[in-house]
Amino acid sequence: MTEKATQIRFHIRRFNPETDTAPSWQEYQLDVDPGMTVLDGLHQLKHTQDMTLVWRYSCRMGVCGSCGMLINGRPGLACNTQILHVTRTALTLAPLPNFPIIRDLVPDLTEQFLKHRELKPYMIRPDTSEMQHPTGEYYQTPDDLLDYLQFTYCIKCGCCMAACPTLATDPEYAGPQPLAQAYRYSRDSRDMGYADRKPSLTADHGIFSCHYGSECSSVCPKGVDPARAIQLMKRQLVLDYFKLLRKKPPCKTLGPNEHAERKANIPAAPPYTV
Amino acid sequence: MNDIKQQGNRLGIIGWLTGGRWGFERYMYSLHRITGLGILSYFLLHIFVTSSRLFGARTWELVMGAVANPVFKLGEFAVFAAFAFHMLNGLRLILIEFGFAVGKAEEPVYPYRSSVNTQRPLSVIVIILAAVIVCVGGYRFFFMH
Amino acid sequence: MNGLSKWTWHMMAGLGLVAFLSIHMITMHLDLILGWFNPAGGESLDWANVTARGKQAIMPFFYVAFLGLALYHGLYGLRTIIFELGIPKRMARLTTILILIAGIGLFGLGSFAAFHFASVAASTGAIQ
Repeated sequence: MTEKATQIRFHIRRFNPETDTAPSWQEYQLDVDPGMTVLDGLHQLKHTQDMTLVWRYSCRMGVCGSCGMLINGRPGLACNTQILHVTRTALTLAPLPNFPIIRDLVPDLTEQFLKHRELKPYMIRPDTSEMQHPTGEYYQTPDDLLDYLQFTYCIKCGCCMAACPTLATDPEYAGPQPLAQAYRYSRDSRDMGYADRKPSLTADHGIFSCHYGSECSSVCPKGVDPARAIQLMKRQLVLDYFKLLRKKPPCKTLGPNEHAERKANIPAAPPYTV
Repeated sequence: MNDIKQQGNRLGIIGWLTGGRWGFERYMYSLHRITGLGILSYFLLHIFVTSSRLFGARTWELVMGAVANPVFKLGEFAVFAAFAFHMLNGLRLILIEFGFAVGKAEEPVYPYRSSVNTQRPLSVIVIILAAVIVCVGGYRFFFMH
Repeated sequence: MNGLSKWTWHMMAGLGLVAFLSIHMITMHLDLILGWFNPAGGESLDWANVTARGKQAIMPFFYVAFLGLALYHGLYGLRTIIFELGIPKRMARLTTILILIAGIGLFGLGSFAAFHFASVAASTGAIQ
């Protein structure tokens, strides 16, 4: 049984850098079927009504983090928001705030990526030769994994950055996404880079400009919960300040099992190419 | 990248207060800011007023008389109410920011539960307690002499 | 002080203020309901109550600790809010200096008032 289509009014924020001096609103009418996502709606509009409409998308299934936009005043992914879940009459679409607009619904996320890089979101260890030419695996228990696993699901869509009240005025503030990733790596039992990240974390406009407006966590389309990561990072910093932080034991390396016997019919691995 | 003309889209101060369909913790954030600024401006004035005791009983009564009119009384009550909220919400924020009330990292399974849910009981307690204190204070301010 | 210690002590001062400000607010505004810290009875701001409290040796220390915590907590909070307005670096430095001067000045004034009043109250018995 197919349900009847609902007519929805789309209000879309338009901006063309070649002709416009300021963004403006444009209105469209569209018949929306149940199950249709905002992204589907935009495609439909582009095919049938206005081919100049611009947005950014890639995977269509909440993995790539390209189609973050302001949907009825709330940041979210166009591809995993169903139109009829958020409205029965009118739908307002605008580019993510707190980022410059490139065109129409396309924000420029460069700023977020630069801040992300600033906080060293990668494994930092002194044993570089072991990292580049591993002789075994870094040992990690499932509990160690759970301590940071939630924060690895970040797809860098920028929704949390758009929701953050501090970023609304302070362009220098690191923001929820980079700070959450700083915690994700500092918490990892294999990482030893906490001391390297500490100066940028505790600087002015660093982690202490977070006041738990809590909005980053409630808009996150992947359940990453940046606010939780940031508060846990603060906890670690404060414990460190009062010299109460337990030192992370160095992560063990597990070599290949010496007692295992190789089966005769398995060919040798090809030589390294890099 | 630099040859593309871009349009700034930062929300500005309006983003502190509004900016979308937010949860009520977001309004507690705004209120914490406003009450903090209110208490601070009262406090700076307060230091000067109470320092007037240096000049003895007569000056004290004079200054107290000057600040006894209804406008000041209403203002004082506003500061009292602000204090009640700011103190309780501040305790909640300390619990959160020292990592006691946000819970542990968990596997995100849809529908997602976040630290916002973990600390929600605290927010409710803060609002109820603040309301109680404001009511008790209001009774003293306006109905007892 | 680096950012970490500044913020940590902002939080600690906040915790201290919960105790101090609660005592203060109970004394001042719940005087007719609870009547604590008001030895002469009646309204907290009657001169008799003010001098009676002023004669207690602990009072000036209470006031100075209270004043210091409140000034630090409040002015650091103000600085944070001003910094978050996205002002340029030079303005930010100027803000820090101005707030520091205001804080030290007000702390001086308040401490002087507290101790001077206590010494006058102690030497004359009661101030008329």
